[in-house]
Amino acid sequence: MSYELKYRQYSERAILIEWPPVIDENVLHDLLFYKKSIESFYNKLIIEVISGYNSLLINYVFTIEKFYDTVLELKTLYSSNVLPEERKNRLWEIPVCYSPILASDLKMFSKTKSLSIDKVIELHTAPRYTIFFMGFLPGFLYLGGLDSRLHLPRKNTPSLEVKKGSVAIGGNQTGIYPVTSPGGWHIIGMCPLDFFNPNAKEFIVFEPGDIVQFIAIEEFIYNDIRSKSKKADFKLKPIII
Amino acid sequence: MIGKVKILKAGFFTTIQDEGRFGFSKYGVPRSGAMDKLSFEFANSLLGNDKNAACIEWTFQPPVLQFLEHTEIVLTGAEVDAFLNDVKIDMYKKITITKNDILKFSFCRKGVYGYVGIKNGFTTPLVLKSRSFYKSITSCFRLENKTILPYQKSDTQDSPLSNVSVPVLFDNTKELEVYKGPEFDLLSKEQQSFLLNTSFVISNTINRMAIQLEGKLYNDLLSMLTSPVLPGTVQLTPSGTLIVLMRDCQTTGGYPRILQLSEMSINQIAQKRMKDKCRFKLRNYFSFV
Repeated sequence: MSYELKYRQYSERAILIEWPPVIDENVLHDLLFYKKSIESFYNKLIIEVISGYNSLLINYVFTIEKFYDTVLELKTLYSSNVLPEERKNRLWEIPVCYSPILASDLKMFSKTKSLSIDKVIELHTAPRYTIFFMGFLPGFLYLGGLDSRLHLPRKNTPSLEVKKGSVAIGGNQTGIYPVTSPGGWHIIGMCPLDFFNPNAKEFIVFEPGDIVQFIAIEEFIYNDIRSKSKKADFKLKPIII
Repeated sequence: MIGKVKILKAGFFTTIQDEGRFGFSKYGVPRSGAMDKLSFEFANSLLGNDKNAACIEWTFQPPVLQFLEHTEIVLTGAEVDAFLNDVKIDMYKKITITKNDILKFSFCRKGVYGYVGIKNGFTTPLVLKSRSFYKSITSCFRLENKTILPYQKSDTQDSPLSNVSVPVLFDNTKELEVYKGPEFDLLSKEQQSFLLNTSFVISNTINRMAIQLEGKLYNDLLSMLTSPVLPGTVQLTPSGTLIVLMRDCQTTGGYPRILQLSEMSINQIAQKRMKDKCRFKLRNYFSFV
């Protein structure tokens, strides 16, 4: 399937490509496939591509002299794109400890939503979430697929410090804080893994298009993985589905 | 050989900056890099450095530095009186430093960000291909008193540019060149004309992530899907506040992107202070389906 795309110059050094404004997995895979072909067509030293739900932003290190020619080049690239029929996905099973002791907002969340803590865990661990893109914080995953029964508007006053590893819900989204930062989402669990290691060779393991599923773990397992993860003894591996 | 510079007083907010991180935005890693790239580039070019050599960037209040080895430096950016061992020295000119010299500044008269460039650049750790400080990326996110900064010493003597000085300090223009942002056309004619005909005042919310402007633009735009943003993107918040994203901004955002500052006007707005004024001057790009 091929979409009507909009091309516009975003800055002297950037071109924005837009798909219809929907959150949709077909759009995502079309967009990611185009992104890959752009990245392999140009040298990675001269471009970087940022993606959103329905757009790609191509950044060049130099000023774009001939916008029109560059867009024609890109359009040719898109029209020669043939999306493979069979797609293999990577599934990441991410351990989360849903304990009211570790997760400061879990009790309040379950009360506000009139759901038992067990029901919250059941609803949060059931879906297979799709990674749409990364943004907001280094290594923060934008996940699609949160059960509507768990939707809850963000806190009116954001917390000054949300700890690294916090698994949280804000509006219709869920995510994991990869670094400690201020944040307005409700913390319902803690993940013992380090997602973002700027000094490691493989500083982040996820890619947009990957699938994530949360696995509920007990507190002693959380502590065990956490100490192993600190010594780099625990490595998350994807399942190919 | 490694040379050393000791921070005697760190100043208000002093960091190490280079051109920033390129190629990591898709992982949510901010670009970072010198707020006023033009002044930063001058420092390196006057020293004959690589254009990505790391400089000290100070904010409002300059640091006090002691050089533990012989070297050369250049001062650029925000306008300030500088003294080497209490003798006044020029900005935008290569200065020869001898062992144990102390660099001090008086208060900063104009602008916000000043640069201290050093021969061959500072060599604090490279993280994701850049030395630019950023909390959660680099282990140090601001320089503290008594920090020792390393740099690469060289034996080569004066470069040909040694006596060239640049008389132009940063540009204090009120007019900022902008382009239409992706959501500009969703604004009504009245909103567009207000945006382009109002003299906006810089608020007191200024940092490396963003500059907030005073005043409000009536906003009735619908919410949009989270999309990529860049330094220089002007966002319109639901309450009508205009936010100009700067070098340390996030890589994606959910507010309408109504304008995009040109590369040059990002440098210009970076040097503006609270209560300073600016006006957006629209230039056109192409866009087609």
